[in-house]
Amino acid sequence: MSDDTDTHQTSEAEGAYWRDNVRLLVTLMAIWFACSFGAGILFREFLDQFMIGGYPLGFWFAQQGSIYIFIALIFYYVVKMRKLERKYDLDD
Amino acid sequence: MDTQTLIYLFVGASFALYIGIALWSRAGSTKEFYVAGGGVNPVVNGMATAADWMSAASFISMAGLIAFLGYDGSVYLMGWTGGYVMLALLLAPYLRKFGQFTVPDFIGTRYYSKTARVVAVICLIFISFTYIAGQMRGVGIVFSRFLDVDITMGVIIGMGIVFVYAVLGGMKGITYTQVAQYCVLIFAYMVPAFFLSFMITGNPIPQFGLGSQVNDGSGLYVLQKLNLVLTDLGFGEYTDGSKSMIDVFCITLALMVGTAGLPHVIVRFFTVPKASDARKSAGWALIFIALLYTTAPAVGAFARLNFIDTVNETSYSEAPGWFKNWERNDLIAFQDKNGDGVMQVRSGDAFEGAPTFAEGTGPSGERLVTNAPVADSENEVYLDRDIMVLANPEIGNLPGWVIALVAAGGLAAALSTAAGLLLVISSSVSHDLLKSTFKPDISEKGELLAARLAATAAIVVAGYLGIYPPGWVAQVVAFAFGLAAASLFPAIFMGIFSKRMNKEGAIAGMVTGLAFTFGYIFYFKLANPAANVADNWLFGISPEGIGVVGMVLNFAVAIAVSKMTASPPVEIRKLVDSIRVPRGAGDAHAH
Repeated sequence: MSDDTDTHQTSEAEGAYWRDNVRLLVTLMAIWFACSFGAGILFREFLDQFMIGGYPLGFWFAQQGSIYIFIALIFYYVVKMRKLERKYDLDD
Repeated sequence: MDTQTLIYLFVGASFALYIGIALWSRAGSTKEFYVAGGGVNPVVNGMATAADWMSAASFISMAGLIAFLGYDGSVYLMGWTGGYVMLALLLAPYLRKFGQFTVPDFIGTRYYSKTARVVAVICLIFISFTYIAGQMRGVGIVFSRFLDVDITMGVIIGMGIVFVYAVLGGMKGITYTQVAQYCVLIFAYMVPAFFLSFMITGNPIPQFGLGSQVNDGSGLYVLQKLNLVLTDLGFGEYTDGSKSMIDVFCITLALMVGTAGLPHVIVRFFTVPKASDARKSAGWALIFIALLYTTAPAVGAFARLNFIDTVNETSYSEAPGWFKNWERNDLIAFQDKNGDGVMQVRSGDAFEGAPTFAEGTGPSGERLVTNAPVADSENEVYLDRDIMVLANPEIGNLPGWVIALVAAGGLAAALSTAAGLLLVISSSVSHDLLKSTFKPDISEKGELLAARLAATAAIVVAGYLGIYPPGWVAQVVAFAFGLAAASLFPAIFMGIFSKRMNKEGAIAGMVTGLAFTFGYIFYFKLANPAANVADNWLFGISPEGIGVVGMVLNFAVAIAVSKMTASPPVEIRKLVDSIRVPRGAGDAHAH
């Protein structure tokens, strides 16, 4: 960033990239919250009336399911961001 | 070969491997010492991160904790994995793009302030030392039980090993030894878990086993049987917790945010080549971690079931060999309260506090304890939760080499985490305090020497804490996560996502979050432990979960103060813009 002039402005592509990124983050963090704090804690008792194999469903989310979903979220984000970066020509 | 020889062989071979790797990957420059040269493959870094992250507590204690907490143990499972989503999405790629060596580097530069940098160093040192004392204790436990050397000697050997590869190799040496340590520890964890799962359910995959039927012909699922057995003996149901919902919520959140704010974890993402690699690497780290973390609840449940099956209503004279082994190491005790020579496992404590053993043995041959019995509980067996994983191979009658493997795995878990922590302590001293704050004219060679000396000093302090563990060590583990959640995480997060956040706001926020969280934990854990009951807690939140309130205060104070003070200078806003896009600074303006 050494050749900047005095006035500072982000390029249009950078701005649009950042807005898309934030929108994606909000969606993914909502899922992150829903599977762990939602299904595993707040609605655990309700979900425990259903079974997945020998697991009560809420218990399964708390001790197994949320962890699998966490992994899926990160790799979905990796792939999605790769596409965004190509789209705006900002990839590293 | 007998088991003891096998243990020496396995542990000795694993140590030789770590030292060999360290000699091969010595650090020659500060960049190699701090961030392994910045060229580590994201999958390799993910594996190293997993070993760095999974400490003696994860390997040795967690399954045991879950075995006794049941559903409440979920706070650790979700709390210690969910933080990686925050890391991958909210912090790691931006910090990598920023491209410096340490966490205080980011805070000091982003908030254009030496004060902010020093506050960050103080948080970091406090968090890391709290954590490292626990690792050294883990090393001590493994050595004393498996290698028959006393704890002091065990800690000194452990210190020696860490010294060789952390001081010589720096981050570069640590990264590649951690990869080896991950392989050792995950193998050591999974093998007994496969055996146990197969033994109890007929399905060798523990994650499926926990959801399967017990193969005793009863047709009951594992969790159903566990609920039945436990309620019969007066315990609560396994799948139902005893903590309040708000407490479970806050502890889980504090652990997640704390994970994302732990300096020794964050700094691992400085070692990959590109910002996009940091995201990928966090995903791989979580896969490697999840392998152990989805197995642990199964191990916990199987161990609990197995323990009750083999011990409850068994006469002491027929107690299995492992029971007496661990009794010899003070971690199991039997107090025959009704004098029938038969061990009753019930809910409640058998006696007050941890066992203090008297000379001599009781009528059935058990070691006598001098503790006052708890009159309103029929329970007669004291069990230290930490032994659940360590004793599993013996409980399951597994061959000697499995026991040897578990010993090597426990040491790998403790040593890898200790090394990672030592590195962030030493780099914050040599880089943030010396180079960036007090002695900016220090040469590259001088800084590297300072880093090695600081690492050496930190090892000595950590070893001292391991040999003479202060009573508060176990009490303050909550500190590390609560403080990281309340101090470092909000400062880093706002540094990336808000261009308006300035140094006044960030410093005020960090100090508020730190002071509040520290004060709350200090009061309930150290100053007035008698008051540490739910009725006295703020909003019913225990000290373990209070970091969440500290974090909220940090955000609130930082935003309020920043609104009343001047915006950050234009270079800082440019810096934020540049870390938000992955493409390198040099390319950003090339058209």
